[in-house]
Amino acid sequence: MSPQAPPPLEIHDLTVAYHKKPVLYGIDLVVPSGQLVGIVGPNGAGKSTLIKAILGLTPPSSGWVRIFGKPYRSNAKRVGYVPQRESVDWDFPVNVMDVVLMGRYGHLGWLKRPGKGDREVAEACLEKVQMLPYARRQISNLSGGQQQRVFLARALAQESDLYLLDEPFAGVDVATESAIVTILGQLRARGKTLMVVHHDLTTARNYFDMLLLLNMRMVDFGPTDEVFTYDKLQATYGGRLTILSQVANSRSQKEENVPLGR
Amino acid sequence: MHPNYPCRGLGLALVAGLLLLAAGDLSAAKIGDLSDTRFWDQLVRFFSLRDPSLRYTLTASLFLGTCCGLLGSFIVVRKLSLMGDTLSHAVLPGVALGFLWTMTKNPWAIFVGATIAGLLGTVVVHWIHTTTHIKEDSAMGLVLSGFYALGICLFTMIQQLPTGNKAGLDKFMFGQAAALSAEDLWMIGIITILSLIAIVLFYKEFLVTSFDFGFAHALGLSARFFHYLIMLLLALSVVIALQAVGVVLVSALLITPAATAFLLTDRMHRMLIYASLFGMGAGVAGAFFSYLGNNLPTGPFIIVAASTLFALALFFSNRYGIIPRWIRNLSRDRRIQVENTLKAVYHVREENAFSHDGIPVKALGDRRNLSPSEVEKEIRQLVRRGLATLEQGEPEPPPSPERKLFLTASGWETACRIVRNHRLWELYLTESVRYRPDHVHDDAEEIEHLLGEDTVRQLERRLNYPTRDPHGKLIPSLRDLSQTPFAGRSG
Repeated sequence: MSPQAPPPLEIHDLTVAYHKKPVLYGIDLVVPSGQLVGIVGPNGAGKSTLIKAILGLTPPSSGWVRIFGKPYRSNAKRVGYVPQRESVDWDFPVNVMDVVLMGRYGHLGWLKRPGKGDREVAEACLEKVQMLPYARRQISNLSGGQQQRVFLARALAQESDLYLLDEPFAGVDVATESAIVTILGQLRARGKTLMVVHHDLTTARNYFDMLLLLNMRMVDFGPTDEVFTYDKLQATYGGRLTILSQVANSRSQKEENVPLGR
Repeated sequence: MHPNYPCRGLGLALVAGLLLLAAGDLSAAKIGDLSDTRFWDQLVRFFSLRDPSLRYTLTASLFLGTCCGLLGSFIVVRKLSLMGDTLSHAVLPGVALGFLWTMTKNPWAIFVGATIAGLLGTVVVHWIHTTTHIKEDSAMGLVLSGFYALGICLFTMIQQLPTGNKAGLDKFMFGQAAALSAEDLWMIGIITILSLIAIVLFYKEFLVTSFDFGFAHALGLSARFFHYLIMLLLALSVVIALQAVGVVLVSALLITPAATAFLLTDRMHRMLIYASLFGMGAGVAGAFFSYLGNNLPTGPFIIVAASTLFALALFFSNRYGIIPRWIRNLSRDRRIQVENTLKAVYHVREENAFSHDGIPVKALGDRRNLSPSEVEKEIRQLVRRGLATLEQGEPEPPPSPERKLFLTASGWETACRIVRNHRLWELYLTESVRYRPDHVHDDAEEIEHLLGEDTVRQLERRLNYPTRDPHGKLIPSLRDLSQTPFAGRSG
């Protein structure tokens, strides 16, 4: 990519309010290409709201969002989205294949229906998340981890360049979590940019290249090593989590064990 | 059927409906005008479609069944079922205003008024639940009753007006499928075909918007546009259905066939087809019974027919039906009985240190605490399933309790499998879940019949391929199975 290429995501002075009560204040952000970014912050910090504001699902009260230099609607095809699992009704009358094919809808024009090529893409994506044997299964007969894999396969079928994932690790089994981490790594290796809402500080440090610390405003954004410090996490969580000190402790202990560290 | 063409069958049915319409004589007589009441005559008249008014009613029923089945499917899967009821009540003031506008029963004026009132109702619902903390169901209840009451007030005022041809406005309240005019029928046909075209063209957009609104938006689709398109079509179909079945029963016409279809399938395109077929079937059945009964109201009969279909699906559908489930339970209970008998045979043989292949029938009865006749019944089950053979003793009756029972290879395998499941599970509970050894038997009695091969493999691996259960008894492993002595059938 040439140095002049617009960044995958640029947010300028974004403020979002529900019923005139702001939940996100003045976010300024430029996400560089090919990064795996974790969005971290306490409950109610506005992590999901940020994702929805980027997608234009929640209209901002001020500020703007650019996707590869253009407004969202002109570049929707370049964005893949994994919503929270609880946001849909899993008794809906569709099977796994139907759901994954929905990822192809953005590439089809009006009045067009998914064809053979789209099915092949969908099958390949299901294979990647190891759900191909379940392609014809009704979605209500899936476990939480399997549901999450299906959602990920649907996003993969979108074949986008920027992926937004809202809590993909919430309530999934260990095997699914590590499978998702592997796939996210593969996507990044192919130059994709990923933004992942994440709530588990203990793993955040290992999973992500960059972290966005969020608590209604942006506390910090940068490479994980620079951002994942006691002071900054303290500023984000405000001492609300006891886990915080444990995590920070384990980190400082690690550093002591490696005297030649930076 | 290929999912991409959800509505091909419906198209055919609609063409048939159109032909009926074209064949319709414009000088319609009311169904009730018939004088002969003899059952067979009526039946012949019904199926020969000689009556123009019957043709009207039938055509309208087919169209309405299709239209309401299609749109009803979407509101059922979107959990918006109350929306149909809200709309049907909210359109009432619009009907009255449409009448006051022209002071005639001009169907187009009434149609426009009703549609506007219905859409206004949905906007008010949306506005209340997005700007206040009142939830959507309460907002719908508010709009439903408020608009309906306003409609009744306006209707009463119209009745007191000195001028105007106001007779027949009450058909919007209670519905009168037999009194539909040619113009009404055209309206019903046009709206149905519009809905059908919209759903065929925008099937994928409607599907993704209904399933996952946020994702549809993220795809770059105009999710809101498709939401409002469905709501508009819904309002239109409520307005056309109103005259046929009345305010209260419109929502039944929307929900019942769709809910029936939802019991029978888990794919949206099939649900759409089934729902419209059920809608049409209920329409025809309603028209038929009201015709047979001479001047009985069609609308309620349509809904009774639709509800009957729902009840049938509730009882007989393969997945949720009460009766198939009952049959499945019965066959599972029988399997568990058989497995318990086999297990008892294993236990008896184990007590003899597996020295005899055959065991006396009496020993089996003692082991399972069964009366001789019950034991005979159990044994007949085993023999019939090829799990055991019975020694040929003296000719019956009475069968000798000393006759010997031999398990076949598959019977012995099943017996070993059940005992192994039981003992593995007991061991798992004591070792891994830390149950006390005297607490585990009852649980294992149930689980032994449910464990699959994969789970058993996992248990074995986790317990490090054990050979003894917590009570010190041998766990028959698959390897033992082949070695367990069948040789030396010492009778």
